[in-house]
Amino acid sequence: MAASSKKWVLGAIVFAVLVPLLQPVFPDVVSNYRLFLVSTMIIAAIAVLGLNLLTGFNGQFSLGHGAFYAVGAYTAAILMDKLNVPYWATIPAAAIVCFIVGYLFGLPALKLEGHYLALATFALALAVPQILKYKWLEGLTGGVQGIVLMKPEVPFGLPLSEDQWLYYFCLLVMIVLFWGAANMLNSRSGRAMMAIRDQYLAADTMGIDTALYKTVTFGISAAYTGIAGALSASAIAFVAPDSFGIFLSIKFLIGLVVGGIGSLLGSVLGGIFYVLVDNSAQSLTQFIRNDLGLPFDLSAYTVFGVLLIAIIYLMPMGIAGGLYMAYRKLRGARA
Amino acid sequence: MAALLEVSGLKAFYGQTQSLYDVGFEIPMGGITTLLGANGAGKTTTLRAICNMVRTDGTIRFDGKNIRGMATEEIVRQRIAHVPEGRGTFTTLTVDENLRIAAYTRKDKQAVKDELERVFVYFPRLKERIQQQAGTLSGGEQQMLAIARALMLKPRLMLLDEPSFGLAPLIVLEIFRILRRINEEEKVSILLVEQNAALALDLATHAYVLETGKVVMSGPSDVVKNDENVRKSYLGY
Amino acid sequence: MEQLLQQFASGLANGAIYACVALALVMIYVSTDHINFAQGEMAMFSTYISWQLMSWGMSFWIAFILTVIISFAMGVLIERLILRPLHNAPVLSIIVVFIGLLAIFNSMAGAFWSYLIKEFPSPFPKADFGIAGVIGPHQLGVVLVTLIVLGLLFAFFRYTPLGLAMRAAAQNPQMARLVGVRVDWMLALGWGLAASVGAVAGIMVAHIVYLEPNMMGGILLYAFASALVGGISNPAGAVAGGFIVGILENMVAYAGNQIEKATGVYIIGNGEKLTVALIIVIFVLTVKPAGLFGRVVVRRV
Ligand SMILES: Nc1ncnc2c1ncn2[C@@H]1O[C@H](COP(=O)(O)OP(=O)(O)O)[C@@H](O)[C@H]1O
Ligand SMILES: [Mg+2]
Repeated sequence: MAASSKKWVLGAIVFAVLVPLLQPVFPDVVSNYRLFLVSTMIIAAIAVLGLNLLTGFNGQFSLGHGAFYAVGAYTAAILMDKLNVPYWATIPAAAIVCFIVGYLFGLPALKLEGHYLALATFALALAVPQILKYKWLEGLTGGVQGIVLMKPEVPFGLPLSEDQWLYYFCLLVMIVLFWGAANMLNSRSGRAMMAIRDQYLAADTMGIDTALYKTVTFGISAAYTGIAGALSASAIAFVAPDSFGIFLSIKFLIGLVVGGIGSLLGSVLGGIFYVLVDNSAQSLTQFIRNDLGLPFDLSAYTVFGVLLIAIIYLMPMGIAGGLYMAYRKLRGARA
Repeated sequence: MAALLEVSGLKAFYGQTQSLYDVGFEIPMGGITTLLGANGAGKTTTLRAICNMVRTDGTIRFDGKNIRGMATEEIVRQRIAHVPEGRGTFTTLTVDENLRIAAYTRKDKQAVKDELERVFVYFPRLKERIQQQAGTLSGGEQQMLAIARALMLKPRLMLLDEPSFGLAPLIVLEIFRILRRINEEEKVSILLVEQNAALALDLATHAYVLETGKVVMSGPSDVVKNDENVRKSYLGY
Repeated sequence: MEQLLQQFASGLANGAIYACVALALVMIYVSTDHINFAQGEMAMFSTYISWQLMSWGMSFWIAFILTVIISFAMGVLIERLILRPLHNAPVLSIIVVFIGLLAIFNSMAGAFWSYLIKEFPSPFPKADFGIAGVIGPHQLGVVLVTLIVLGLLFAFFRYTPLGLAMRAAAQNPQMARLVGVRVDWMLALGWGLAASVGAVAGIMVAHIVYLEPNMMGGILLYAFASALVGGISNPAGAVAGGFIVGILENMVAYAGNQIEKATGVYIIGNGEKLTVALIIVIFVLTVKPAGLFGRVVVRRV
């Protein structure tokens, strides 16, 4: 199982690396716009992975990961805008800043379980846009207007388009981060994280410093999602407060639930999924309005909402988990 | 005498673990029956099973009708009152509200008032504390409140789970005297679960002894009282 | 001085709104242990329903009453159809479902009525209502209406047998069943009432914040703060908390204004109201989880 899944992952990476090279061959299929779209999917996957580390592997809820995404995005944007830091250097900077912010938020979170942690993070998500508009920060954050940035330039005179380069950059970051997460989860610390999730009290008596693990996990989780935010600032070349409201956090939640709570690869699926729905909702709405003639704007969030509820009813392990169960059932039936 | 409650082949489960195995007994109309047994024998579970508060199998007939599987609140509406282990006081409600809650489906306000007065005849102490928060009552008073609340349901059968638990001997005697009066004057049949076997056997006409989820002995109280094993295990002489 | 009084009055009006939403949250919390993250969006949706009824020609108050009834039915249905089957589900599942509901209500409102901001009428006469220089007509009306609604609700819970049964079911469901209370239905009724109270809040506040699908976001945050300040399982506390938070919010902004005027330094103002609420939420949750009137202690790890 482990060996074969490794093969699959390697294959997928090789495929992902080759895809942009097919652009001259299939210019319509592999357009710059599509590559950009895939880049945003990669960014989404990283953000969902961050949330999954916290919720799926450590059992702490967050409805406010949009806040860390925002911190990452603004850290990157401010560094680029004010200090002319190159975009690639903003990634580790955002990671550090978000780790600290996440760690600090993790301290009060230690005292909260289940509903209350969800409530605290939900409140955070609601307040984020307003915090970003705070007058004292205006000089840095640009207030309501936000910050307009430059798209990352292609380095070393490589023969790539901006979108191609962005794609490779995001892909590289994602591979490193997933590799890091997989290694961490396979280590002693990872097992401790999951022990805390599974049997809180037992973990305590096993001599695991629960408080430390929970706060550090909060920090790492925030760092991951923050890196996604930083990448998005570079990719979109723009940050503004109102794009970091509660609905951003809801997107991460849908990615988490669809991909599967506690599944690394599921985070990729979840990220791809929500970007895909988000994008196709617009064309669906056009279809409903123009072709069906109904005065009805189908929002991605209707789909998200219905799916969230449906998945809880039908596939509590998420789509990835559900597929895996189906696969096991099939194999069991054959054997 | 016709049986008011007939239980046979009763099994009960908490999740996967089984707590009752093939329990059977009958409660005669108008009588007092006691269910004895050591801690953990399954007495509480038996009462819970009658009210469908645990997963069960078997038959439970009340007044000839099978009530097993009915929702708890519907069973109660057949006029079976359950005074649970730990008394089940609504601690933040007043004494008055604790009593009225048992009559909330009844439309006739005057009837409810009369009912309250009738209950206070047995428990004058509660009348003095009518506006007090029930959580502030003493243990004995809370037990009285629980029985009084059960009476408000106008029950035909009252299930009592260790009403003597944690109470001073004098209070226990008072409560048992009241139970006898309720049985005689209100024509309420009683199933009494007790650890205090001596007292229970004095009050009851019939007794069943439960051990690890099975009935191991039964008969008229006098007979059970004089059984050697019962004397050794439950009466302590 | 007059300005202070006006700030106080508008705090009172806001507080009345928060009190309603907070009470709705607490009603669901005490009976099911769930925090309804969709409460604000349900109220927003109800407000659109009343807007629709009015645009079909109904008068404000008829639409108001109809909306309250429709919202009640909506609350009952959501409980029976969506939440009841999940009553043994883990906390995360419940939270996910609430977020799903939030997204559905928000996006459906946008789909049916568009995201454009709409004006919402005030039913209170402009002249001869309110107290000049102290409290505006709509503000006074909001306070009165919510006080009447809250009064009715308390009377219902305190003096009617059904209200008593609902309180009993919330406090000790097992025992409530043993006295014949149909506990499942009591929970559904609680949901219905919560949705109705939320609808009142939405209809009252829509004139102030304008009608749009995201209008309840900030108010929900304030309601959370209010419920927590009052003690999340204490209905009367939630109402008090609503007024406290409403007034506090305006006083903080007022103080910030005065400071800015006196020293020229901006510290805090209207733009930081949500941040204040966030701080209240986190502070109360971690430092004083039982709230100001500390009744029942929030379960903590
Ligand atoms: N809520 C429960 N969950 C699991 N097992 C239980 C529960 N309540 C009782 N039991 C088990 O069922 C058996 C009978 O318990 P109970 O009916 O309470 O005994 P009694 O009332 O005679 O002391 C015991 O072994 C007890 O451990
Ligand atoms: Mg017992």
